[in-house]
Amino acid sequence: MDMNEIKEIFFQECEEQLAELESGLLRLNDGDRDPETVNAVFRAVHSIKGGAGAFGLDDLVSFAHVFETTLDCVRSGRLEPNQDVLKVMLKSADVLADLTNCARDGGSVDEARSKQLIRELEALAHGEMPSHAEAPAAKPVAAPKAAAPAAPAAPVANDQGFVPVAFSFDDFGDDMPVESVLPAYEVIFKPKADLYRKGNEATLLLRDLSRLGEMSIYCNMDALPSLEELQPENAYFTWRAVIKTDKGEDAVRAVFEFAEWDCDLEIKALEEDNGEQSDDESPMTPVPFDLSALFDEPEPPVGLVEEEERIAASEAEAAAAASNVVQLPGTKAADSAKSAPAAPAAAAAAAASAAAAAPAAQTIRVDLDRVDRLINLVGELVINQAMLSQSVIENDTNGTSSINMGLEELQQLTREIQDSVMAIRAQPVKPVFQRMARTVREIADITGKSVRLVTEGENTEVDKTVIDKLAEPLTHMIRNAVDHGLEMPEKRVALGKNPEGTVRLTAKHRSGRIIIELADDGQGINRERVRQKAIDNDLIAADANLSDEEIDNLIFHAGFSTAEKVSDLSGRGVGMDVVKRSIQALGGRISIQSKPGHGSVFTLSLPLTLAVLDGMVVTVANQTLVVPLTAIVETLQPEANSIHSFGANQRLISIRNSFCPLVDVGKILNFRYQAANPVEGVALLVESEGGGQRALMVDAIQGQRQVVIKSLEANYTHVPGIAAATILGDGRVALILDVDAVVAASRGQPLRHENALAAFG
Amino acid sequence: MAYLAQNLTKGGRELIAFRIGDQEFCVDIMSVREIRGWTPATPMPHSPSYMLGVINLRGAVLPIVDLSARLGMRRTEPSVRHVIIVAQVGQKIIGLLVEAVSDILTVTEDKIQPTPEVASEFERSFARGVLAIEGRMICLIEMDAIFGDRESEAA
Repeated sequence: MDMNEIKEIFFQECEEQLAELESGLLRLNDGDRDPETVNAVFRAVHSIKGGAGAFGLDDLVSFAHVFETTLDCVRSGRLEPNQDVLKVMLKSADVLADLTNCARDGGSVDEARSKQLIRELEALAHGEMPSHAEAPAAKPVAAPKAAAPAAPAAPVANDQGFVPVAFSFDDFGDDMPVESVLPAYEVIFKPKADLYRKGNEATLLLRDLSRLGEMSIYCNMDALPSLEELQPENAYFTWRAVIKTDKGEDAVRAVFEFAEWDCDLEIKALEEDNGEQSDDESPMTPVPFDLSALFDEPEPPVGLVEEEERIAASEAEAAAAASNVVQLPGTKAADSAKSAPAAPAAAAAAAASAAAAAPAAQTIRVDLDRVDRLINLVGELVINQAMLSQSVIENDTNGTSSINMGLEELQQLTREIQDSVMAIRAQPVKPVFQRMARTVREIADITGKSVRLVTEGENTEVDKTVIDKLAEPLTHMIRNAVDHGLEMPEKRVALGKNPEGTVRLTAKHRSGRIIIELADDGQGINRERVRQKAIDNDLIAADANLSDEEIDNLIFHAGFSTAEKVSDLSGRGVGMDVVKRSIQALGGRISIQSKPGHGSVFTLSLPLTLAVLDGMVVTVANQTLVVPLTAIVETLQPEANSIHSFGANQRLISIRNSFCPLVDVGKILNFRYQAANPVEGVALLVESEGGGQRALMVDAIQGQRQVVIKSLEANYTHVPGIAAATILGDGRVALILDVDAVVAASRGQPLRHENALAAFG
Repeated sequence: MAYLAQNLTKGGRELIAFRIGDQEFCVDIMSVREIRGWTPATPMPHSPSYMLGVINLRGAVLPIVDLSARLGMRRTEPSVRHVIIVAQVGQKIIGLLVEAVSDILTVTEDKIQPTPEVASEFERSFARGVLAIEGRMICLIEMDAIFGDRESEAA
């Protein structure tokens, strides 16, 4: 997974958000004063800002931040969104779109225009009249950076389809006066193979390093063996970087924080800032290395690098070094002379390995719509095949074996086709998790906390639509976990904890759903403060009697935030309600468990949409229902003496000397009003997400079948207790039971049905 | 019944008229996707009484609404003689159970009379207006008003 792909996802999301933003503003312009519209507009800008922050698109962030601040005034009612205000906002939306396009495609934005708008927005936010617009001109917030993306020569897409985002290392040095003598550090960095295995990337680390200041870098590739001996999985290079920075040695060391154990690292301060001199002392023959070439040079050899990066990181290293014998300005001619003999060999090695690896990594880009159409068609095929089998069985008089055999083969084929088609869409969650690593790094930087991100189950596969929509809520959650969850290092030490906080991101399959857990070992939810805040914001009554769980869930309310200061990345209180909405939109659920002093665990449970489900087809009150097979532990025929009444309405069933609550599915779904006689039915022992077993009472079991999941939400709305629908062999619709919701309902949380009423007038 | 579609003027709109009990209603033909016979629907839990359930429309799950009950009238006992008008409302497709489709009308805007004042708030909420065609009264239904997609508005 390379950065471009991740970035592309971000830009796709940006497009959606920009469309949302514009339509929201237009609605406001038409006189719509629904607070939800304002919220939607606000969320759109906030999401763009958040994503842009993760990619270091500073100009976009700063513009969005000003825009957001002004929108916040509208949201809180301090600013009346009249025509004049909206005119500025719509213009700002355009500039935001320009900045986004600019960040993606290069090119330039009208700097004067965005500066002017920033001033206007700030004026509005400060409640000033337009005539005072000149006043905040002294604020250097964002204006100077507005044209930054245009700085390097307009990049061109190379043959790999790689569109470099305007990005120049020179920019990073701009802030520092060139003449001043900054302390210089020499960094010797020798990656081990493990570094790549753990998903790190030497070039990215070096790039991060280059952001600290003016850097020159050399690559020593003496260790590179001949082609026959080359192990593509190994690391052979040693990098020597000389960096001039005022940020101190700790900042330099921090770059390698996550890679420390997987490389040999030597950092020492140089007495003078003429690092180049030490070249001669080095027993190795370093090749001067143009790092930026890895990122934005359109020349074919670099295209090769791009290709290589995808195949194996260490091979990329070889190719990069080989193709970048290009001299950095100001480096010694001797270097090139020394490196010359080594370069062709490395280039040949890289080319050869590229050729060898190419067939394995062949991919084609296919429009998602085409895949979706194929999936729909295969779904229809499966249903049709089931219908055909059923009618054959019904009309079969004397067991014509050839027809039956043909049908069986057809069934196998359809199943195989279906599996293959589903596999096209299923992708590991790894790219999203990788994106999170960066988010963690950055938020840790901003907050000054020290955080370690541990990920597990990155290879858990889930449908692409789910992956795409997962990134945004996860980013919000991670920010919250680091920003609000973890304590400052000093405080952690005082509490006897490791000064470095841990954020654990886990993905796994369970009960036909994907479960994503985000756990931090921070302070947990401060229930006192949450409660107070909720009272202050009129979310609950001052004397409301809430359980701990209910208090924890208050954080999912719109406009709720306990952070006192508004930071650049979080703390405006849009986070958790955005998260909840996005998760619900995916048909998922979010829950939180928090232990004061020990941290919080957020659990997302998402469906593997479009997937086929192995289900148990059952009858309940004359209706056919499908129960996901993954949820069922066992089925049993209850006997009269194993049923025990408990209290007024509850019944328990004893299974091997333990008691398990009996849940009448028909009654919970309102299919019947009288509880059925358990002895006449079948009990399905299920394990639910919240833990604990329940025995679901159904009337009869019809059989097991693979069913295609059909959305109920597409034309209707979410139905409580029902996960989705499917079409059975007889062509009729059967509902798929949402086991967790039914179990929750049996615990006394009523199935909510206001949704159903709201959507249908 | 035999009222023939008359193209009164250019720009007239076409409506599909149908019967529920002894009343006639119509909807804009542009929102109607197809008309099909009744097939038994799968009931859904916790749904309003006018929701008859869902049926399989060539692989899509189609919710069926008893229009009579939805409009506050008697509940329909569906039979093979009833028909389902498959209509597009906003982004969603729903099926309306009615007794029979009676006509296709072509009318101009000025033929649509405002809903009479006598009607209660409820009737006025879905009636866009009434039409007088050959001595019959046909009520034009605004489907967005009754099946408006409030979820998408809220998002």
